[in-house]
Amino acid sequence: MKQLESVNDFVIKFANVNGTGSASANNMFAKALFRMGLPVSPKNIFPSNIQGLPTWYEVRVSEEGYLGRRGGIDIALSVNPQSMAQDIQEVEPGGYFIYDNTKPLDLRLVRNDVNIIGIPLTRICNEEYQDPRQRQLFKNVIYVGALAALLDMDFKVLTDLVADQFKGKEKLILPNIHALELGNQYARNHFDCPIGIRVQTADAVGDKILLDGNTALGLGAVYGGATVAAWYPITPSTSVVDAFEKYARRVRIDPGTGRKNYAIVQAEDELSAIGMVIGAGWNGARSFTATSGPGVSLMSEFLGLAYFAEIPTVLFDVQRAGPSTGMPTRTQQSDILSTAYASHGDTKQVLLFPSTPKECFDFGAQAFDLAERLQTPIIVMTDLDLGMNDNMSAPLEWEDGREYDRGKVMTAEELEAGKEFGRYMDVDGDAICYRTYPATHPDRGAFFTRGTSRDEKAVYTEKGEEYEENMLRLMRKWDTIKEYVPGPEVVKAAQETDVAVLYFGTSEESSREALDYLAKEGVHMDAMRVRAFPFNHEVKSFIEEHEQVFVIEQNRDAQLRTLLMAEFEFGPDKLKSVLCFDGTPISARNIKKQINLHLDGGEVEPLHRTKVASSGGE
Amino acid sequence: MSYQIPKFRHPELPVNDLGYTRADYEGSISTLCAGCGHDSISGAIVKACHELSIEPHKIAKLSGIGCSSKAPTYFLGKSHGFNSVHGRMPSVATGAAMANRDLLYLGVSGDGDTASIGMGQFAHVARRNLNMVYIVMNNGCYGLTKGQDSATADEGSVSKKGDANIYSAIDLCATAMQMGATFVARSFSGDKQQLVPLIKAAISHRGFAFIDVVSPCVTFNNNPGSTKSYEFVREHAEATGTVDFVPMQKEITTDYEPGFSHEVTMHDGSTVHLYKMEEEMNPFDRTSALIAMEKHRTAGDILTGLIYMDRDSRDLHDVMETSRRPLNTLGAEDLCPGNQMLKNINASLR
Repeated sequence: MKQLESVNDFVIKFANVNGTGSASANNMFAKALFRMGLPVSPKNIFPSNIQGLPTWYEVRVSEEGYLGRRGGIDIALSVNPQSMAQDIQEVEPGGYFIYDNTKPLDLRLVRNDVNIIGIPLTRICNEEYQDPRQRQLFKNVIYVGALAALLDMDFKVLTDLVADQFKGKEKLILPNIHALELGNQYARNHFDCPIGIRVQTADAVGDKILLDGNTALGLGAVYGGATVAAWYPITPSTSVVDAFEKYARRVRIDPGTGRKNYAIVQAEDELSAIGMVIGAGWNGARSFTATSGPGVSLMSEFLGLAYFAEIPTVLFDVQRAGPSTGMPTRTQQSDILSTAYASHGDTKQVLLFPSTPKECFDFGAQAFDLAERLQTPIIVMTDLDLGMNDNMSAPLEWEDGREYDRGKVMTAEELEAGKEFGRYMDVDGDAICYRTYPATHPDRGAFFTRGTSRDEKAVYTEKGEEYEENMLRLMRKWDTIKEYVPGPEVVKAAQETDVAVLYFGTSEESSREALDYLAKEGVHMDAMRVRAFPFNHEVKSFIEEHEQVFVIEQNRDAQLRTLLMAEFEFGPDKLKSVLCFDGTPISARNIKKQINLHLDGGEVEPLHRTKVASSGGE
Repeated sequence: MSYQIPKFRHPELPVNDLGYTRADYEGSISTLCAGCGHDSISGAIVKACHELSIEPHKIAKLSGIGCSSKAPTYFLGKSHGFNSVHGRMPSVATGAAMANRDLLYLGVSGDGDTASIGMGQFAHVARRNLNMVYIVMNNGCYGLTKGQDSATADEGSVSKKGDANIYSAIDLCATAMQMGATFVARSFSGDKQQLVPLIKAAISHRGFAFIDVVSPCVTFNNNPGSTKSYEFVREHAEATGTVDFVPMQKEITTDYEPGFSHEVTMHDGSTVHLYKMEEEMNPFDRTSALIAMEKHRTAGDILTGLIYMDRDSRDLHDVMETSRRPLNTLGAEDLCPGNQMLKNINASLR
C-alpha cells in the first residue's frame, strides 16, 4: 500500500470528545514541534458545548512556513468513536489513521488505501490507572507519547515542555512524563518507527511566538492605554476581555494604594456595553468593548450615535459564522457589511483587518490613537480562527517612550486664552473638529452632545443646509481617515501579470500558499492584502491595474467585494469571488481550485460556489 | 429652534458661596409646552444646584430620548450634556462615571425612556449602585409622539383620547428599590418645596439616587380621568414626611416639630433631616419602605417624599476599588507597561 512520505510537512487532525482534557495534550504536541523549530498552525474546531460532543484539533506542520490550512488530512488520530466514520474518510490516500483499538475498528469503516495504526489507549489506561478522571486525562498524554515515536519527535522537548507547563505543580510532572513514556514505548514495541511522515529538528521559526489573537488584542488594549472595558460575554470574543483583565491585574494596580487603574464592567447586554464605551470615550477615557456578530447587530444604533456625534470608540469584533446565532464556534469573515455601514442613516465605520497576533496587538493599541485622533468608532475585525487559535507570529514589540495621540482636545488654557470653540467647527481644514472633556473650564467649552442634527456650535438645528454641511464634512473627514489607517500590502508576482488576488485578515496565509501552487503551474498573480476600510487610492489603482481581481474572503455573499464595488464602482466582471463559508478557515487547496475553475473559462455560477466552497476539508 | 435667554440680570440677584447667581445654572429657554411639569423640575434642579454651590461645569447631565430627555438643554448651560439614544442613558452615564469619578452625574429620563425601552438599563444601573442622580420626569405618556400611554400609566387611567389604560402600571420606585437602588424618592413637579431638598439629598448621596417625579403632560395627559393630571396628583399625593437638607457648613437652625424624625449625615458632611414622618415607616429599611408604598398604592394614593435610603451605600467605584484619581487623567506613564514586559511575555510564548 502507498504510504505518504514527508519530512516536516504534513497535516494531522485529532478527533476528541470535548471536555476530556484533550486540548492541553494537543497543545503540547503542537508546541513541541514549534520548539523543534518547525512552523505549526494549530486550529481548534470545537462545538458550542461544554462536554460530550466531538471536537477536532488540526495541526499544520510546514517547514516552508505555510501557516494557513492546506486542505486534506495526512494523519488522523481518532479517540472518539462518535466521529470515527467521518475521521477515517477524511484521510488522504496513503495517509495514516491512528485510533484507540481497545475496541476493534468497525470493519465497514476500514479503508484499504489508508494505513491503520491501532493503539489500545483505553486498555493501557485501565491497566495503569484506577481513578476514572486520570484514565481520561492520561489517555491524551499517552497518544502524544506514541506520536513522538511514530513521527520521530525529540522526546526531550516534550519532557521539558511538561516541566514548563506544570511549573508550580511539580507533583504532576512525573506522572505526565510517565504517561508520555507509556505511549512512546507501546509505539516503539509494536510499529516500525518512524512512519513515512516524520519530523526532524529545524531552524524555521526564528524568534516567532505562538499566541492567540484575542490575547494579543487584550494586551494591545493594555498597551494602548485603555482604562474602561465594558463587555457582554459572547463566543469567540470573551477571551479578549479575559486577557485584558489578566494583564491589567498584573500591571495596572497601583502598588501604593492597591487600587485599579482600570475599570471592567460586565454589562447586561451588548447595547449597554457599547453605551458604556461611548460614555467613557466622551469623558476622555480610552475605552473598548469586544464582541461578535450578534453583538454588533445590537450595537448598531449606538455605533450610529458615535459616528454622528463623533465620539472615540473602540470595538473588537471577533467574527463567527452567522447569520443569527449561526455557528457560534466556527469562523467566518461575515460581518464586513454590517460593520462597515453599521447603523441607520448614512454611516460609514472605520474597520481594521489584522491577520496575525502581532497585528492584533499593534492594531489593538493603535485603535485607541485612531479613535481619538479621528473621533469616530474604530472596529478591529478579527475572527475566531485568529482570535482563539494559537497562531505563529512575529514577537510583540513596543517602542518605549511612544506617546498616545489624544487627538484634538481643547484645553482649559486654550479656552482661557479666548480660543474660539465650536464642537463641530472645522478649523484645521481636515474636517476633524476640537472637542472638550467635561469639566474642562468653568464657563467655556461646554457643549451638548446629541444624536440629533446640530450646528457647528453643537446647538440643535433642523435647518437642512446646516445638516447637509455637517454630513458633507463627515465625508471630508472620511477622506482624512484614509491617510491615517494602515495601508494595504502588495506582493508582486515573479512575472508581469494582469490577474491578481485581494484578501484580508485570516485569508492571508492560505492565499499566499495557493499563489505559490499556481505559480508552479505557470499562473502568476499579484496580491494585495487590504488592512483597513476606508480603502485608500492604492487599493483603487491596484484593482484598476489588473484585468481581473479575485477577492478571497470567508463569507457567502462576497461582502468585501460588495464593499469594493460600492465604494469604487467597479463592475462585477472585474472582481471575481473566491469564497469559503463552511465555518472552517479557508484552505490553500480550496483557493487554488476556485481560481483554477475561473481561469479555465468556467464562469462559476453562484450556485456552484457553495459546492466548491463547502468542501472545507480541502 | 433655539432661543437665547436675555443676558440682562438684576444686579442684586443673590449669589451662592461660589459667587454664582441662579442664572449661572440656567440653560436655554425651554421649547416644551407652556405649563409642562418638566420645566418646573428643571427649575428645581437649577435651584438645588445653585443653593448647593456646585460648580456648574463639574456636572455632567445625561438623558435619553423624549420630552423629558430634551429638558437638560433647559438647565445647567455651563455643564457638558449628552442626549444619548432612547432608553440608553444609564449605560452612557456608567461609562462616563467610570472615566471620571469626580463629577456629578445627573441623568434625566422619562417614563417611556425608563420604564419601557430602557427598563433593562435602568434595572442594571440601579443594581450597580452607580454614583449618580437619576430623575424620571413621569407623565404617564409619550408626549413627543402625541400621547400614547406609557408603562407607568395606571390601569384605568383615561388618556386624552378617552380610552382607559388596560395594563397595570410599573412603579419605578418599587422597581428601583428591588433592583438595589440605595436612595429612592418620589415627588411632584408642582411641589418645589418637597422636590428641591430631595434633589439636594440625592446629590449628596453616594450611590444610585433615584427620584420619580410625577410631572403632568399638559397637552396629552392632564384631562379628567387621568391619574397623572395636576388635579389628581394634588389631591392624592401623600408625603412620607418632610425633608430638610442642611449643607455641611451650615448650622441647623430650624426648630423641628416633635414627632418622628431622623437626622442623616451624608457622605459629603451635609445633613438630611426627615421629620413629620409616617409613624410606622422606616425609610432606612427596605421592607418597611416597600410595605408603605404598597399600602398607599392600594389606597389609591401617591406616596411622595424620601422613601428609602441606605446610609451605608458603597458605590460602583468603591466596590470595584478603582483608582481615586479619575481614570481619564492617567497617561501613558501610568498605563503602559513598556517593552521589557513584552519581551518577557514573548519568551513565555516560545
